[in-house]
Amino acid sequence: MKRTPFSLSALRALALAAAATLGGNALAAGEVSLYTTREPKLIQPLLDAYTKKSGVKVNTVFVKDGLIERVKAEGDKSPADVLMTVDIGNLIDLVEAGVTQPVQSRTLEEVIPANLRGSDGSWYALSLRDRVLYVANDLDLKAFSYEELADPKWKGKVCIRSGQHPYNTALIAAMISHDGAEATEQWLRGVKANLARKAAGGDRDVARDILGAICDIGIANAYYVGHMKNAEPGTDARKWGDAIKVIRPTFGKSKGTHVNVSGAAVARHAPNRDNAVGLLEYLVSEEAQSLYAKANYEYPIRKGVELDPVVASFGPLEVDPLPVTEIAKHRKQASELVDKVGFDN
Amino acid sequence: MSFSFALARRLPRFRRPESGGGWMLAAALIALAVVAPLASLAWSAMDASLAHWAHLARFVLPQALANTALLLAGVGVLVTLLGTGSAWLVSAYDFPSRGVLGWALLLPLAVPTYIIAFAYLDLLHPIGPVQTLLRDLLGYDSPRQFRLPDLRSLPGAVFVLGFVLYPYVYLSTRVMFSTQAASLLEAARTLGTGRYGVFWRVALPLARPAIAVGVSLALLETLNDIGASEFLGVQTLTVSVYTTWVTRSDLAGAAQIALTMLAIVVALILLERHGRKRQRYASTQRMRPMQPRRLRGAAAWAAVLLGWVPVLVGFVAPALYLAVETWKRLHLVGGVSDQLLAGAANTVGIAAAATAVTLACGLAVAWAGRAMRESSRPQPGRACARIASLGYAVPGTVLAIGLLLPFVLIDRGLGGVLEALTGHAPGLLLMGSSTALVIAYTLRFLAISTGALEAGLSRIPPSLEQASRLLGETGSGTLRRVHLPLLRPALAASALLVFVDAMKELPATLLLRPMNFDTLATWLYAEAARGTYEEGAVAALGIVLAGLLPVVLLARTDLKMGQRQARPGARAAAAQDPEPQKEYRTP
Repeated sequence: MKRTPFSLSALRALALAAAATLGGNALAAGEVSLYTTREPKLIQPLLDAYTKKSGVKVNTVFVKDGLIERVKAEGDKSPADVLMTVDIGNLIDLVEAGVTQPVQSRTLEEVIPANLRGSDGSWYALSLRDRVLYVANDLDLKAFSYEELADPKWKGKVCIRSGQHPYNTALIAAMISHDGAEATEQWLRGVKANLARKAAGGDRDVARDILGAICDIGIANAYYVGHMKNAEPGTDARKWGDAIKVIRPTFGKSKGTHVNVSGAAVARHAPNRDNAVGLLEYLVSEEAQSLYAKANYEYPIRKGVELDPVVASFGPLEVDPLPVTEIAKHRKQASELVDKVGFDN
Repeated sequence: MSFSFALARRLPRFRRPESGGGWMLAAALIALAVVAPLASLAWSAMDASLAHWAHLARFVLPQALANTALLLAGVGVLVTLLGTGSAWLVSAYDFPSRGVLGWALLLPLAVPTYIIAFAYLDLLHPIGPVQTLLRDLLGYDSPRQFRLPDLRSLPGAVFVLGFVLYPYVYLSTRVMFSTQAASLLEAARTLGTGRYGVFWRVALPLARPAIAVGVSLALLETLNDIGASEFLGVQTLTVSVYTTWVTRSDLAGAAQIALTMLAIVVALILLERHGRKRQRYASTQRMRPMQPRRLRGAAAWAAVLLGWVPVLVGFVAPALYLAVETWKRLHLVGGVSDQLLAGAANTVGIAAAATAVTLACGLAVAWAGRAMRESSRPQPGRACARIASLGYAVPGTVLAIGLLLPFVLIDRGLGGVLEALTGHAPGLLLMGSSTALVIAYTLRFLAISTGALEAGLSRIPPSLEQASRLLGETGSGTLRRVHLPLLRPALAASALLVFVDAMKELPATLLLRPMNFDTLATWLYAEAARGTYEEGAVAALGIVLAGLLPVVLLARTDLKMGQRQARPGARAAAAQDPEPQKEYRTP
């Protein structure tokens, strides 16, 4: 028998060991790998429920920025199956960067309205997130339009996070579609003049700063209110939540509220493509959508799912009929307008 | 002097041809590894038109430049005052609690800037404890009647960053003061210089390289900080890079701004080095401690008060806040979860590995670039050291993006070889394991160890090495037996800094980590991303506590070391001991 040189066999053993420990996930069946920019704690209950139901193990990596860059660099070696993110602009960016693949699924097409998914199935929205007005409890205010934020009567009374945050650039992009770039620029200048503090921090800081009397009104996402008002009594979050009420503003012309999405796509080189589609289908199921609504306070994409009482108390959601792809189109322009008026300075 | 010079000139003849070459090669390879992500960034930067510069120049850069300059100036002044002042206080004076203060001053290092920013926003918020107390004292019952200016401002950011970053200056300056030749100070005193004169005219100029190293580390941290600046609403250049990349999906544009910033940073660092090019800091004197002057009465209490302010503001207040928040939530969290414990283990494991690698690389680079003789001729080793320090001068996120491509290229190469050998495609070896993180941390924090070790080496006179080599020791043997013992304070200091920095590192960790892998920082970030900062208090406290242990341990060994070394004839004399003669070999 010919003897293998020791060094070669040792190398081979080492390589096998490395392949077994590090590359194992590519070989095994019954897995799906998720790259997500969504906060793991928010989606973990959904993933756990999926694993319990299907037996498919979900690997996750929570990537903050650079999801596209990472998947692009990994190329055909990428272990990613599903790419999940928030904001329509980010979803469209994934598709445009060529890191997704179109998938067809009757379930997905039935549940998700046509304007909330890529026409070729290259991306799917999974939940809706309306951007609303937080109002100090003692303020007598019934209805509101986004345009009114620039009204000088709110001088020194408005709080909002950085204008460059995707939640705000999406709102501004929608306004560009509705009112035109020039009117939007004027509006931004007006809002800037009304700011009570720097455009910084997070959405929940709006509620905190209203409680702290820094401002009276502010723009933030609705689901945070669900989190805050449902928080344990006595906690800070509960105090902030209890200090505010919510008005769903509308765009002057359309009479709809600005809504952004969270969504997902199947990765171009997904090693477990079928499981990827399976996971997406699960995420729009009655059970998962109910978790989105109850645990996360997001607005379900599936019709007829029961809402959390706090969110239900905001009244019916009249979604701005503007196609979400229109919002994605104006995002860069919105970001440049924010710079131009020095909104964050 | 002329004798040692002559020796230095003749030294090469004694050297075996290969000695020193290995170190140069190692240094060159390390420098190459640092250049790789920057080259990949430059590659990305080529991909864009220059059209957006018009927009940037008109609307973004003027404000961002002004903000950045003001922030750097403010933080620079604050860290220099706090760092040098406290280092001099504990070195030159003796007062109650001086011993504890000596290491307590390092504690803010354990607190990441993003944590201190949110802690202070909460503490100083109109509904926070400070303003509530103030209102009670002043007789107001609502923040509508009375509130203080908002922390979210440039001065607020200077305050927050200054009080967590001053230990960089304190640490390097303290080591300098404690190992400085006391005889110089005494000579100045005998020649009639006053107590203050000694500080301003002797101690401070001698400590300049140490101050420069500490301040530049603090300023680079400030420049590349995204967490605290963004949170406090200060639009710095780094925030602009970030906005260009993330909000406008323009990686090429972001890479262009980042590289331009890097060029400016490099220019500034070179300028500072040029400023002290002709100066020599090596001391041939035996090192002896400064005799601290015992303070009594009011002066002693003033010293206690002054000395403890940075610790209280930079550490005690935010740490207490986190402890209270954790305590309040303990019943909600139900103790510490297994995942959090796994995250803590990951954090300590990777940070320790990165520290070891960073120290080894830093030593190789600093040793290859050391001054072998009294000459200011440019040396290739020095160039490697400068290049190796570049990783610290780019924001963590930007470095991480630059690393993606090199990592995947290596992974493909390795994967191809392994597949040929085993028939199995191994997947991504670096990116699929935490190796990528260890390498990323090393490249990012190499400047810390290189800087500290270079400063340490600069204080060891070349004559020691010349003597050792003349007595027949090899280059590596000299490093091991003469320089390493002398470098121990610098090694301890940089190990501490690298460890806590690695533990706090967030942006590169987020981008490069493998699947199902959390560190305390990413755990905390995940909470913060939901906007539930206070629920991240457990993880934040974990980071602070995990950082505390090495801070205390290393600070203590470091100080002991400083004292022992400073004892007449202890360590410094070791090199001149007759002992090496026993192993005398003729070359």
